[in-house]
Amino acid sequence: MELLLVILIGLLYASGIFMMLRRSMVKLIIGLILLGNGANMLIFLLGRIVKGKPPIIESSAKMLTEIYADPVPQALILTAIVISFGLQSFAIILVKRAYKITDTDDLDELNTTDEIYE
Amino acid sequence: MKTIIFKTASTYLLPLLILFSVFILLRGHYLPGGGFVGGLIASIAFVIHSFANGLEQTKSLIKFHPGFLMPIGLCIALLSGAAPLLVGQSFMTGLWFEDPLPVIGMVGSALFFDTGVYLVVIGVTLTIIFTISETL
Amino acid sequence: MNNPYIILPVIFQLFTAVLLLFFWFRVNAQRLITIICSLISLGIAIWLLKEVYQNGILTMQAGGWKAPFGITFVADVFSATMVLLTAISGMAVAIFSTGSIRNARLKFGYFPILNFLLMGLNGAFLTGDIFNLYVWFEIIIIASFVLITIGGEKAQIEGAIKYVTMNLLASAIFLTAIAILYGMAGSLNMADLSEQVAQIENRGLVNVVAILFLVGFGIKSAIFPLYFWLPASYHTPPPAISAIFGGLLTKVGVYALLRIFTLIFIPDAFLSNLLIVLAAMTILSGGLGAILQVNMRKIFSYLIVCHIGFMIAGLGIYTELALVGAIFYLIHDIIVKTNLFLVSGLIFKLKGTLNIEKLGGIYKKYPKFSLLMAIPLFSLVGIPPLSGFWAKLFLIQGSYLEGQYTLIGFILLGSFLTLWVIAKVWSEVFWKDAVNLPKKINVKYFRELKPLKQWAMVIPIVLLAATSLYIGLAAEHIILLSKQIAAELIDPSAYIEAVLGSKTTMP
Repeated sequence: MELLLVILIGLLYASGIFMMLRRSMVKLIIGLILLGNGANMLIFLLGRIVKGKPPIIESSAKMLTEIYADPVPQALILTAIVISFGLQSFAIILVKRAYKITDTDDLDELNTTDEIYE
Repeated sequence: MKTIIFKTASTYLLPLLILFSVFILLRGHYLPGGGFVGGLIASIAFVIHSFANGLEQTKSLIKFHPGFLMPIGLCIALLSGAAPLLVGQSFMTGLWFEDPLPVIGMVGSALFFDTGVYLVVIGVTLTIIFTISETL
Repeated sequence: MNNPYIILPVIFQLFTAVLLLFFWFRVNAQRLITIICSLISLGIAIWLLKEVYQNGILTMQAGGWKAPFGITFVADVFSATMVLLTAISGMAVAIFSTGSIRNARLKFGYFPILNFLLMGLNGAFLTGDIFNLYVWFEIIIIASFVLITIGGEKAQIEGAIKYVTMNLLASAIFLTAIAILYGMAGSLNMADLSEQVAQIENRGLVNVVAILFLVGFGIKSAIFPLYFWLPASYHTPPPAISAIFGGLLTKVGVYALLRIFTLIFIPDAFLSNLLIVLAAMTILSGGLGAILQVNMRKIFSYLIVCHIGFMIAGLGIYTELALVGAIFYLIHDIIVKTNLFLVSGLIFKLKGTLNIEKLGGIYKKYPKFSLLMAIPLFSLVGIPPLSGFWAKLFLIQGSYLEGQYTLIGFILLGSFLTLWVIAKVWSEVFWKDAVNLPKKINVKYFRELKPLKQWAMVIPIVLLAATSLYIGLAAEHIILLSKQIAAELIDPSAYIEAVLGSKTTMP
């Protein structure tokens, strides 16, 4: 399971960075989304994977005695997913607006900011 | 997607889903659920309604702009988070009423915070979806 | 010491933002509320600094969950100073915005978003939890995304694409670094991490994580190879927004670097050298970039990059004296950079352009304004009694004692480049004879504004100029403050003890 996740994370990072390096704005956003997903999976993996042991304390016991799944990484991932949902929806709308205004999907055409002498 | 089956179903689904979302909101503290999930379910109810009957119908059903739910929800969440400061406790500490209320159960500041989140999520999601579907 | 009220700067900004949301369509009410609330938050920030200065480091455990398991908020002198600086520049920008930002922009929620941004900054300065720091950074960037695109002009959108991409990339790298750090140390509390990371034997992996943090924060604070987004985007939004960005957003990256690299990853020889090289290159590239530009705000954008280098240099040398210099520079830079962008906004309203070749004759026509604008311009260079001088003195002294003679060369070179650029700006914009400019239809000139709005644009510049004069002329107060901050940074044991309490054995 760990090995599978490691390969998956590597693929997500690699494809995310590859997509970011393309010249298209839409591919840039897809790359950022893949990169964010890779980071989330990395948190999940590095929080150590424990199968079928939820961190719930029995009503008869005071504390957990056996090995248990760490709940913190899941909380972190949930937070990160919600945040990246907001950021990515903003980025997608921004790209859509930029496409409408500049009429191009090519990042190399975005030169207006270098030409402002006013 | 304006089939008669979907249209009829959505009229019944809307109140059911909203009821379900309130149920999810209230069971949230000790069991899976909570304001965020509840809010998403409630907004899905309205989205399904708008798919079936058109955006204008849903808007006239809601009466006000869903964006107004955001400040109201934020206000509730902020006040419930800041309430412990008045008694010298840390921000966001859970304060609980002594006795459980009928049906709802134990009531504390966490419930109000969740209600705030519920309203904000409905407001944000509906605003995003309505805005995008208007400009498409 | 536990004090639940140190979170007030954050809560109050959130309260202001929520209050402003209720007045979404009533722009004049928003103006009034923003000014009043920014004054109150200045009061809260002063109270916090006083409290921390008298009682030592204050902590707050959110929700009453004990550190290191819950989220801790910590106010030490460094945090409290940064919160105060945020409040000062936030107030100046809020007042300036009431005069300079158009109603069309205000109707899209400019003021609530500005307050959300300030809330995020205060939160980032006060938090003692690394993941919480990530969350505050995200709040800051989402608010800044809205501010940079508000209005939706072509240049703004194009600048925003660059800004958004680099910030999202930085966030992804920051999150990756947090993931590996959590996997190694099993904690998120920064004081706890400080102890856990020191015990890890695999130093190579620790250095890799340190570099990931350096890259993540480096993009946000625009250090050498990662700064290209800054001059491409900071000159596109309205001047008030550039001012809050230039004053505070890059500095929050520097704050995070200073915090992380003094608390969790103590720089070893390799990291130290790396930071010094990066600092030197940042100074050089920012300074050289500024020479070439003719747009005033673009010049200031490059100067931001140049001066970030000074602070990174102080961190790289890593002695108490150098850190005093870095922190003094940080304090001076926030006030002066905010003021410079406000000045550029005022000049644009006076003349209708920011091209220094077309500008001219301001000294002849507006001698009082010119005197006022000279204060931030020459503070930036560091002409002796003004604020920039003292910081550079400490930096040079610090690097001299460590034998970093090349770095001294770069710091002096950076100062000369700044002097050259500012002298060019001064002679072109103020002393040169006025050029006849065609009147623009879409610009609302200063003399056409109502007197109240004119005052709203001048008062914040006066306030910030007075603050930077105070930093320069009453430097011993600031030096005392910086020395205490540097001592706390070099020896974080007080910070760790304040957060974790007396030593507890971990299960």
